Amino acid sequence: MKNKLPNPGLDDRIPSHQELERMEKEEAGDRPKWDNKTQYMLTCVGFCVGLGNVWRFPYLCQSHGGGAFMIPFLILLVLEGIPLLHLEFAIGQRLRSGSVGVWTAINPYLTGVGIASLLVSFLVGMYYNTIIAWVMWYFFNSFQNPLPWSQCPVNANLTDLVSECARSSPVDYFWYRDTLNTSTSIGDSGGLQWWMVLCLLCAWLLLYVCCLRGIETTGKAVYVTSTLPYVVLTIFLIRGLTLKGSLDGIKFLFTPDLNELMNPSTWLDAGAQVFYSFSLAFGGLISFSSYNSVHNNCEQDAVIISIINGFTSVYAATVIYSIIGFRATERFDDCLEGNILALLNAFSLAEGNITEGNYAESLQNLNGTFPETIQSLDLKTCDLQTFLSQGVEGTGLAFIVFTEAITKMPVSPLWSILFFIMLFCLGLSTMFGSIEGTVVPLQDLNIFPKRWPKEAITGIVCLVSFIIALIFAQSSGNYWLALFDSFAGSIPLLVIAFCEMIAVVYIYGIDRFNKDIEFMIGHKPNLFWQVTWRFVSPLIVLVIFVFYFVTKVSSNVTYIAWNPSSEDFPTLEVLEYPAWIYVIIFILAGVPSLVVPGTAMFKLIRRCCSNKNVYGAEVDTVSAKVQMFTTKT
Amino acid sequence: MRCLRMLVRILVLLYLAGAPALAQTLCQPNASNGYRVRISIKTALGNQAYEWNENEMFLFRATMAFAMRRYYKTETYNVDNIIVCNQTRRVSFWFVVISPENPTMLIPKADVEKAVSMSRHRINNAFLLTDRTLEFLGIYPTLAEPVNPDTPPWLIVFGVVIGAVFAGIIALLVSSLLQKRRKEKGMMEDGQDEEDRQMKGVENGINLDGIYNRGFTDDDRFTKL
Repeated sequence: MKNKLPNPGLDDRIPSHQELERMEKEEAGDRPKWDNKTQYMLTCVGFCVGLGNVWRFPYLCQSHGGGAFMIPFLILLVLEGIPLLHLEFAIGQRLRSGSVGVWTAINPYLTGVGIASLLVSFLVGMYYNTIIAWVMWYFFNSFQNPLPWSQCPVNANLTDLVSECARSSPVDYFWYRDTLNTSTSIGDSGGLQWWMVLCLLCAWLLLYVCCLRGIETTGKAVYVTSTLPYVVLTIFLIRGLTLKGSLDGIKFLFTPDLNELMNPSTWLDAGAQVFYSFSLAFGGLISFSSYNSVHNNCEQDAVIISIINGFTSVYAATVIYSIIGFRATERFDDCLEGNILALLNAFSLAEGNITEGNYAESLQNLNGTFPETIQSLDLKTCDLQTFLSQGVEGTGLAFIVFTEAITKMPVSPLWSILFFIMLFCLGLSTMFGSIEGTVVPLQDLNIFPKRWPKEAITGIVCLVSFIIALIFAQSSGNYWLALFDSFAGSIPLLVIAFCEMIAVVYIYGIDRFNKDIEFMIGHKPNLFWQVTWRFVSPLIVLVIFVFYFVTKVSSNVTYIAWNPSSEDFPTLEVLEYPAWIYVIIFILAGVPSLVVPGTAMFKLIRRCCSNKNVYGAEVDTVSAKVQMFTTKT
Repeated sequence: MRCLRMLVRILVLLYLAGAPALAQTLCQPNASNGYRVRISIKTALGNQAYEWNENEMFLFRATMAFAMRRYYKTETYNVDNIIVCNQTRRVSFWFVVISPENPTMLIPKADVEKAVSMSRHRINNAFLLTDRTLEFLGIYPTLAEPVNPDTPPWLIVFGVVIGAVFAGIIALLVSSLLQKRRKEKGMMEDGQDEEDRQMKGVENGINLDGIYNRGFTDDDRFTKL
């Protein structure tokens, strides 16, 4: 198919196949290289597999019909995830550059796509590392028995438990008060919390030491950070399966409700989850792939990594819900025990008269004979399904629900340490990709002098990110993070991914791309890839983007806050954002998206104004080295 | 004389017979100076639960007498001074404490509470129970004082991790610097080879800082004359 936009000068901007072969043979030592294929695969797996696999997917699965959710998830994985992944790998491997370099080489007006990737990687990296700081705080606090979130603290005159804790729960109190010291609204900043600043500093320093020399250091770090989560998940699975009630949790997770398939939001959530789970459009994957040898089989890599990512999501969901099932059963047992005790006390019956088995009929008998007494007791309804469906996602799952479950297990500190090490590794390996997606474009854009070593540039990026991320260490930090999460990491990525596909298929040319892949891996991509790259994947991304955009714009943007003096405490209070937040939202979501057309416009204006033909250069010297082209248009 | 002795004996017998009855009237449910006790042996001990019988009740009364002795620091209290009534199958009952000097006088509620709180731990242990399973309704267990270590444990772990990280950063930076110096030395010594290499078209001479130059790779394409 010949529909391709005109793109003059493309051959001058990219290395040809012969040049690629030559570079491969002579091993020009400019570009870093992977020590071995395993490092590359582990880095990509680490980047893709992140906290979302552990705390977003299980929630989606359970709330969208359990086992039935697998169907849209797997379909969209194949139609959207794998083609996009293959595309990013192939274009990075072919053009041997980071995101800015690749898009600039395809067409100088597309530099904006690379810059947008840079901005998104930077913004997402900032708040993601703050989550890692929280994980580290919990990790540091796990080295004590009993765990600090297992019991409420006593108030000043030792008469009673602290009221905020007594009304909610020890885990809630530890999270909202001891960890975040959260204020009641986003406007109320509340000052920096020194312990959070320390943890944030630790997180950024640790990231810096791992990314110091680029893939030379991250390549070694991923041997641990990418494999340890699987080990811990398996340990938790074995531990979980031996706990009472775990199978109820797993059954609840996977029980299919096929009616959910009719609900469009199920498909939208599945598509969005696949998209974000693969860490596409950050620029990191393009970068990582560009360090490969030219004839690396990127098609196989894309399929393998997609399968691993999908499998990890399902595996993590199983583990999480086995533990949630255990917690729900414990809560149910406690609730029932409380009711039985109340009944025994009220009617002075001997212990053992009412058990779990005959609770229902005993209650009925007593209600028949003494209804007023039963009323006055105010018994709670204990329903296992209700406890199981108290599904939580995100930080609530990790820091509230799971930590509570851990306190009920014997040898709690050990499980706590293991769990938070796992979360830490998952987050850190994703941060490697973020930093790669930030540092490499900065180098490509020549923002810093070329003489500056990579260590310095990485250091500056980490330092600036740390300073800006101090907003998350305030009392209102949690609300700021939720804001960043909703806006910085959602809309711009969809825009970038859509532009990437259009750029490769219609501006670079799908024919040329097919020939490149044939040169690299030995055979032309088959019909499946052709159809998905040209129509299916861009369409899916466009649909998700439109729905997301419409939903976000049309609905009232609200957030949930922890307010001990609200009426429904401990339920979180729903508040509306103040007006000045919309400026921030525009900066987070609007600026990266608008940079794409903005840069193109800027270059166009500059070209028109300067009126020079910058696409060719004249050879009028006899020196050995002459630049044949320039990208600095 | 004999009549007088018989009268005294009858009076003593009557008194001995009547005293428990008198005492029983002092112990009533919801008595103003009495406390209700609730015991949950099965909850506490499960399979190893013992049965509550008269002997256990005797132990309870003896423990309470011990608590009163301890509180008042006297040795006048005895098992008879603890009266129990209204026992149910739950196991729960009421008890009152009568003064050893005056059998009609009850020890006030506040004093009994203080005595129980003082010896609560000993009372619990006598029955292998806890504050939750041996309840004195109306007497709240004093909460344990929080243990405040001098340095919070998390700071210690934080210190260890941060120390390791700093050591790592310094080690890597120093090794980078040394590598750079070594390469610079190497560059100066074989400047001749550099020219030849440039002619061949492989570009790495500008790589003075010893680390991978990640700049945009348009530098390695030359025109060959």
